[in-house]
Amino acid sequence: MVSAINNALELLMKENNDIVLLGEDIGVDGGVFRVTDGLLAKFGENRVIDTPLAESAIIGTSIGMALAGMHPIPEIQFAGFMYEGFAQLINHAARYRSRSRSRFTVPMVVRVPVSGGVRTLEHHSESPEAFYSHVGGLIVVEPSGPYDAKGLLIKAAHMQDPVLFLEPTKLYRLFKQEVPEDMYEIEIGKANVVSEGDDLTIITYGTMLPLVKSVVEKKGVSAQVIDLRTINPLDESTIIEGVKKTGKAMIVHEAPLSFGVGAEIAARIAEKAIYDLDAPVMRVASDSFPYPFPGYEQYYIPNEAKISKAIDKMLSS
Amino acid sequence: MFDGQIQYLQILDENGNVDSSLLPPSVTDEFAVSMYKYMNFARALDAKTLSLQRQGRAVTYAPLIGEEATQIGSALAMRKDDIFVPNFRQHGVYLVRGLPLELYFIYWRGFEEGGAIPANVNGLPVIVPVASQMPHAVGIAFAQKYKGTGNAVITYVGDGGTSEGDFYESINFAGVFKVPLVAIIEDNQWAISVPRKKQSAAETLAQKAFAAGIKGVQVDGNDVFAVYKAVGDAIASSAEGPTLIECVTYRMSMHTTADDPTKYRSDSELDAWRKKDPIDRLRKYLVSKGIWDDSKEKAMSDEQASAINDAVKKAEEFKGDPKSMFQHVYSFVPEVLDEELQDSLANNFWQGTGTGNESP
Repeated sequence: MVSAINNALELLMKENNDIVLLGEDIGVDGGVFRVTDGLLAKFGENRVIDTPLAESAIIGTSIGMALAGMHPIPEIQFAGFMYEGFAQLINHAARYRSRSRSRFTVPMVVRVPVSGGVRTLEHHSESPEAFYSHVGGLIVVEPSGPYDAKGLLIKAAHMQDPVLFLEPTKLYRLFKQEVPEDMYEIEIGKANVVSEGDDLTIITYGTMLPLVKSVVEKKGVSAQVIDLRTINPLDESTIIEGVKKTGKAMIVHEAPLSFGVGAEIAARIAEKAIYDLDAPVMRVASDSFPYPFPGYEQYYIPNEAKISKAIDKMLSS
Repeated sequence: MFDGQIQYLQILDENGNVDSSLLPPSVTDEFAVSMYKYMNFARALDAKTLSLQRQGRAVTYAPLIGEEATQIGSALAMRKDDIFVPNFRQHGVYLVRGLPLELYFIYWRGFEEGGAIPANVNGLPVIVPVASQMPHAVGIAFAQKYKGTGNAVITYVGDGGTSEGDFYESINFAGVFKVPLVAIIEDNQWAISVPRKKQSAAETLAQKAFAAGIKGVQVDGNDVFAVYKAVGDAIASSAEGPTLIECVTYRMSMHTTADDPTKYRSDSELDAWRKKDPIDRLRKYLVSKGIWDDSKEKAMSDEQASAINDAVKKAEEFKGDPKSMFQHVYSFVPEVLDEELQDSLANNFWQGTGTGNESP
């Protein structure tokens, strides 16, 4: 996934001179995950900009660039550092279009590594998608593999909106996938039906997709698996349509259980498809407390056993 | 060894005396009169908006009275294509830059349509959280440098705002990237109820520039000539990097219509600053030069009052459309949002709920 994103950035920068990258250690170092490796040499320091360490200013400066007709792609080093720039995203990136009735817009893509499982320090493993989706005005995208990452990032950079592009660090180098060399777009706001099935519908995204696929395969259940791809705006119709077909809905995400994306989806299913259900909606998620130190993370993130048990429970009801 | 020092600039003192050795040549008699007219216009506009708020015809409002020299002097120093990035009190800057007053009043009636600042104004909409717009100014300035426009970007922050992280991060970024930014501290001595001395132990706010490695200067913010010169000089040198300008002025009224300054500050303090009023001192200067008199004053006031009243009338004819709330969230209307819109429309939820100014 790292090279797919790197490739997308290169294609985008070749296509549009108004695209610049900025962030901490993204230049010479190529980013702490090497996502921007080699781009400084290709595009120079006017377009691949190592900034001082200040997340609010990284996002705020990007907003200014966007207001002035550029299309910045800032990188925030880790999701846990992103809160320093939270106010800029919520108060300004999300609101500029509405506060000026579209006279001013903020076309930018904020890239940020998210989620855990990579045995790193505190504040490096958060899954913050619900915060950013709750406010409205920010598009929140999370790819689950290299092919999707490239197509979604290219689409995001072609839009006139602020897009939060969440990159699960666990998936950066987890598996390889065939990725076309040329530009291609994947629709934002549209979920991907990864597999069709009759027994239950599993709605997931990001780090949990490979896990869900593996469990489904091992158990040999007939599951319809939906990868959200875009968290906000939510592709409600694909979810409702799927759930109506199978009559069973399970949501799997790495973010904590309470007040999360799963709650939102469960509520929408309750509102629109409850009479089509023959079992209660189930959520599989991390537990409802802040992300633990890496010594404990394997007990925190949902694993195959937890997903498998949930499927058993759902199919036996 | 670092041996920075902050220069203080005053050209027009509180008695109307001018240090002509410092007065920029572009300040002709005619130009000085136009400065005076704008300052009065800003004060009249301010009084009108305050009065509308008291009548329930405008939303919570932040008055500018006392800060006219800082706002008008800086705005008049801008070149046509320079871009300004205000906070929430810079009504005088909008005025000079040609914002249609109708839009100004639409904003202060509480409608986002007033934030659609026309392109020729070269300014951004009102931003409420203090200093949070400063990084935007840095980014806009970066874009000017990147695209080679030669334009400068002028942003405003209060004394209170200089305590915010965004203030420090912004001047630091501006210094590192050497962008054409002029950051004006409208140091009006009060951040709602907290006085300047409780905001920072720094002797001047301008010296914060040293920490960012950029130029810093302090000016008499009630002296329109000094502000005009300092901002003009900073704009002229903006291609070489940013400048921080502290304009020492005074907020003669409340922070906003939601507070009562008598609770936290004394009449004697206010009286002392009244003697330094930016408009009075300019009038003394113009009268002493024989280029201003009572009849001109009357004609000016009448003309400004009529322009303001016309704009209020037009702004009050404006009818908001609640549908617009849904149409300007994203570049498209997502299905889930459209459903919420259709729900409101189909069920007439908006009927009879407004102030009478909306047109669902």
